[in-house]
Order: sequence, then structure tokens, then C-alpha cells
Amino acid sequence: MSPITGRGGVRARKIFGRFAEGLCTGTTVLTVGALAYLLGGIAAGGWRTITWDFLTKAPENGMTEGGIFPAIFGTISLTVLMILMALPLGVSAAIYLNEYAGHGLVSRIIRAAVNNLAGVPSIVFGLFGLGFFILFVGRGIDRAFGLGLLFGQPAMLWAAATLAILVLPVIIVATEEALLAVPASQREAAYAVGATKWEVLRKIVLPQARSGILTGAILGVARGAGETAPLLFTGCAYFLPHLPVVQIPHTPVWVINPFDQFMQLSYHVFIMSTQSHNPTEVRPIVFGTALVLVSLTFLMNLGAILWRRRYRRLLEEARV
Amino acid sequence: MSLDPSLERTHSVVRARAMEGRVARRRKQRAIDWLAGKYFAVSGTLAIVFIMLIFIFLAREGLKALVEVHPMRFIGAVTENVITEKPEFTMTWQPVSETPKYSLVPLMAGSALVAIPATIFSGLVGLACGIFLAEIASRRVREIVKPGLELLAGVPTVIIGFFILVSVASFLQEVFHASRRLNAFVGALGVSVVIIPTIATLVEDALRAIPREIREGAYALGATRWETIRRVLIPTGASGISAALILGMGRALGETMIVLMVTGNAAVVTSDIFKSIRTMTATLAAELGEVAQGSEQYHVLFFVGMVLFTITFLLNMLAELVISRMRRKLTL
Repeated sequence: MSPITGRGGVRARKIFGRFAEGLCTGTTVLTVGALAYLLGGIAAGGWRTITWDFLTKAPENGMTEGGIFPAIFGTISLTVLMILMALPLGVSAAIYLNEYAGHGLVSRIIRAAVNNLAGVPSIVFGLFGLGFFILFVGRGIDRAFGLGLLFGQPAMLWAAATLAILVLPVIIVATEEALLAVPASQREAAYAVGATKWEVLRKIVLPQARSGILTGAILGVARGAGETAPLLFTGCAYFLPHLPVVQIPHTPVWVINPFDQFMQLSYHVFIMSTQSHNPTEVRPIVFGTALVLVSLTFLMNLGAILWRRRYRRLLEEARV
Repeated sequence: MSLDPSLERTHSVVRARAMEGRVARRRKQRAIDWLAGKYFAVSGTLAIVFIMLIFIFLAREGLKALVEVHPMRFIGAVTENVITEKPEFTMTWQPVSETPKYSLVPLMAGSALVAIPATIFSGLVGLACGIFLAEIASRRVREIVKPGLELLAGVPTVIIGFFILVSVASFLQEVFHASRRLNAFVGALGVSVVIIPTIATLVEDALRAIPREIREGAYALGATRWETIRRVLIPTGASGISAALILGMGRALGETMIVLMVTGNAAVVTSDIFKSIRTMTATLAAELGEVAQGSEQYHVLFFVGMVLFTITFLLNMLAELVISRMRRKLTL
């Protein structure tokens, strides 16, 4: 009997193995079942609330009636602003890691920092957003230009910047995977005809990595849209009587006002379910809001996962 | 056939001009290339810069607390007992009172009472899921289950908190006859939902990194598939699995919204998992919005944030070290 086989006959050992493996399978099924239970529960509680009015109207009557349009609008504006900041930074960082850094100590330290950033508690980002963006950067700008209190207060700009740092690791990791998938032979072919590194990047590597970068962007947006803790002190509002928009002077064009506060879906779920004067009465609204938020993040995540699977498969085929 | 001399001269001038153009263009390309390299090098350090900035700006406010508040008061303070009127040593977090009490002990105990059970539970479940994904599931099943786990990881935490608050907590209270509906156990369960996918994915990665020859060797010695998993693969992947647990624990300590919503937020020192507790993260989330900037409590809260950040930072670094050691071992 070798040291790694168990005691007893082959049959008994096989049956025991089946049993143990069945336990693992069952646990996994239960875990995925938890996802179904969670989504099913939210959907069952919220689908009746979702009407056209709910999606397009503002809260009314002290938040006990009406819709959640300002929260939907705030969530979308915030994540758009966030991804505009995070995507260029994340993609550049990934390009450095994959194309320039090599495999030495520097790249190992950077990778460790990226992983570590991904593990920073989300509430710490909230503290950082307040301490760095609002009080240091914002108040600093105000003081330098004598603006009174314009930048140094909670606003969508600072919330988006805080979230951008939070989703940076998501984008870096996804982009790196996409860059890694571009065959080295293609880079070498381009170098052989005299292209510089930048030309190789711009004309060979980046065009092929586009799908992967897009996946990273979607995953980042989904992550950012669901975060609450970093927004608590950086600009999220319980209720705003107006949308965070501003009219460009002398034109009929309205744009998102990044200096305004905003309402946001996940914060709305949090505040309505814990701080409301009448939690039972507003419960349908919270369920409806939760369903909208879950649908948004779920669809984006699903889309990104399916898209990634497709291009991974295409890459595998191209390699063969 | 000879060329008209004047024409030949023009020709060479044109050629020289063309050469010059090419050289100039080449020089421009080089310059752009150099600039791009510098730009990417700066971007590459972003993650390090942000980690450092986070620490600096937490410390900038947090360290002021050490000056304003005697360090001993972060552990406990001697106060007069209301009933017996005798002085006694208490460890309480009561920042809004005549003499504010800033003991971090109840907050840390609360965090531990959520994070440790959550890590143990998620460790077992995540290990089972990881084993299933890496060793048992066929390719097709894995391609369905894995996205399922990724989607679970993508559910906003506030949704999990809300769902537990309205539909799971009461059920659990009945099952376990807990005195409080919202307690550390409910929090640990909610946090588990978030960290199980993380642990499962890392365990799967650790197991899949093991070369096929090792499995084949075990089969050749007569082991069944389960015996191979149990006695060969798990010991070989042990460092990867422990890294998964360490990272899971870091996530559990840092989880904010779920614990804020479902643990009851009572800052007491207890080891009873069915009591209401309050974590460091929930304290920050609940109180920082309410305090005046620059006040004593404001600085103490940043100090709590600094402690939290330091703990998770060390856990993340430890996991990183363990994983890199595993990689080196497996590639040798």
C-alpha cells in the first residue's frame, strides 16, 4: 500500500471518494443557488414597483412616493465621470506593466501594490476621498485662487475620483490580460520592419487588445456603480430637489455638473432601508430601487463575462 | 545614355531632401517614443502612489488623535460606575458624551467576531467550490458555474445587506433563538457571501497551477481521484489556499455596508456571536459624516481608519508573499 492511498478495499475507497466529491459539488450548487435566491428574492420583491413613473419621476411626499429618476441619473453620471478618469490611468498603468516593466523587482512591487489596492477596504477610500480630494486638493484649489468654498466640499467630481482609484485595479488586471493575449510574434514582426515601441503599441497591440480593455471598463463600471461606502462622505445626498446638471451659458445645452451633490442608487437603498422614518411603508420603493441597481450591475457583469469568454475562445482558436 | 548634368544635380538634391525628411521624421518618431515611455513609466507607478497617498492622508489626520487623546484611552478608561459609584476600568466606545470614551477594543472585537467566523465558514465553502471547479467539474459545467460565482461577487454589497435585513435575519433569529435579530452571526453570513467567490477563485487557481504530472504520479500509485485531491493536491497547493484565506480575511475585515446594516451596531465587548456588535468599518461609516471636521472625534475616527488600513495592508502583503513563494516553488 502506498502512503497516499487510504485504507480499505478499492471499492470502499472509491465510494468514499464519490461521497466527498459529492459534498464539494453540493456545496458549489448551494453557493450558486444563493445567488439565484438573492436575485430571485430581489426580483420578487421589486418587480411590482417598477413602472414607467417609478423610473422617470423624482421622489415625492417625503420620499414615501414617486420614483427614483434622480438616483438613476446620479448613478449613471457618476460612473461615466469615474470611468473617464479611471480608464486612461488604468490602461496606461497596465501598458507599463506588460510592455515596459519586464519581470524584475519593479514590476513585482507594482503588481503587489495593484493587488493591495484591490484589497483596501471601501470605507477607507471614503476617508481618503474626504481627506485627500475634498480637504487637501479641493480646499487647496479654493485657497490658491481665492474661490471661497467651491472645490472644497463634497461633490460628484470628488466622489467619481475616489471611485476611480477604487476600480483602478479591476481595469489594470483586465487590460493586462488583454495585452498579454497579443502574440509576441506580432510585436517582433513590427519591430523587424523598423517600428518604434510606441508605434507597435498604437498600431499593433492596442487595436487587438480593444475588446479586453472594453471588458475591463464594463467590469469597472459595474463595480463602481454598486459601491456605497466611498460615497458616504464625498458627495452623495439623501434627497436633492434638482438634478446635478448645469446649463452652459448662452446655449440651450445642459451638462452634468460635477460640482454638485447627487443622489445614487446604492446609497438610496442603504438610506431608505436603515434611516427611513417608516421602513415598512417605503419597503416597496427600496425593493424597486434594489432591483434596478441589481439589474444594472448584473447585466453589465454578465455582458462582460460573456464577451470575455468569446474573445478568449477566439484567441485560443487563433493560437492553434 | 548619359544624363543631363543639371538634371542629375536636381536629382541628387531631391534625394538629399528626401533623406533629410526621413531623418527628421525618424527623429520625431524617436522623440514621441521617448515621451510615451516616460508617460507610461509614470502611470505604472500609480498604484504605489495611491497606496502611499492613502496612508499619508489617513495618518495626517489620524496621528493628531495620538496627541489629543492619551494612547491609553484607546484601550480603556477609569470611570465611575453609575450604580455602585465606584471607579472601574471600562473599555467602551462612546465618543459623544461628557468625557468621550475612545476604546478601540469593542470595535476590534466586533470586527474580529464577524471576520473570523466568516473566514472559517467561507474557507470551508470556498475550498469545496475551488476543488469542484479545478478537479471535479467538466469543462462545460465549469463554464457555467464559474460565471455564476463571478456574478455573485459582483452583487453590490448594499443589496446583500438589504436582502438579509428584510428577509433572512428574522428567519435566522427564529432558527437560532437569538436574543437580537441583528447580530454578529448574521453579519458573518452576509460577509461570507462576498468572500466565498474570492476564496473559491484563488483556491481554484492554486490547484490548477499544480502540474499534471503530480496528479498522474498519484494515480500511478493507485490513489483514487479524491485521495489525489486530499493527500496530494491540497498539501501541494497549501500555500495558495492559505493565501486565499488571508485575502478573504482581509476582505471580511474591510467589508462595510453589510456589517453596517445587519450587525446591530452596538459597541460592546463580547464573544457571543448572537449579540449585536459594531465593527471598525461600521463605526467609520456611521460616525464620520456626523462629526465636525478637525474635532477630536474626527481625528480619532481617522486613527481607526489608519489601524484598519494597516491591518488589511499587512494581510494583503502576507498573502502576496505566500503566493509568490508558491509560484517559485511550482516553477522549479
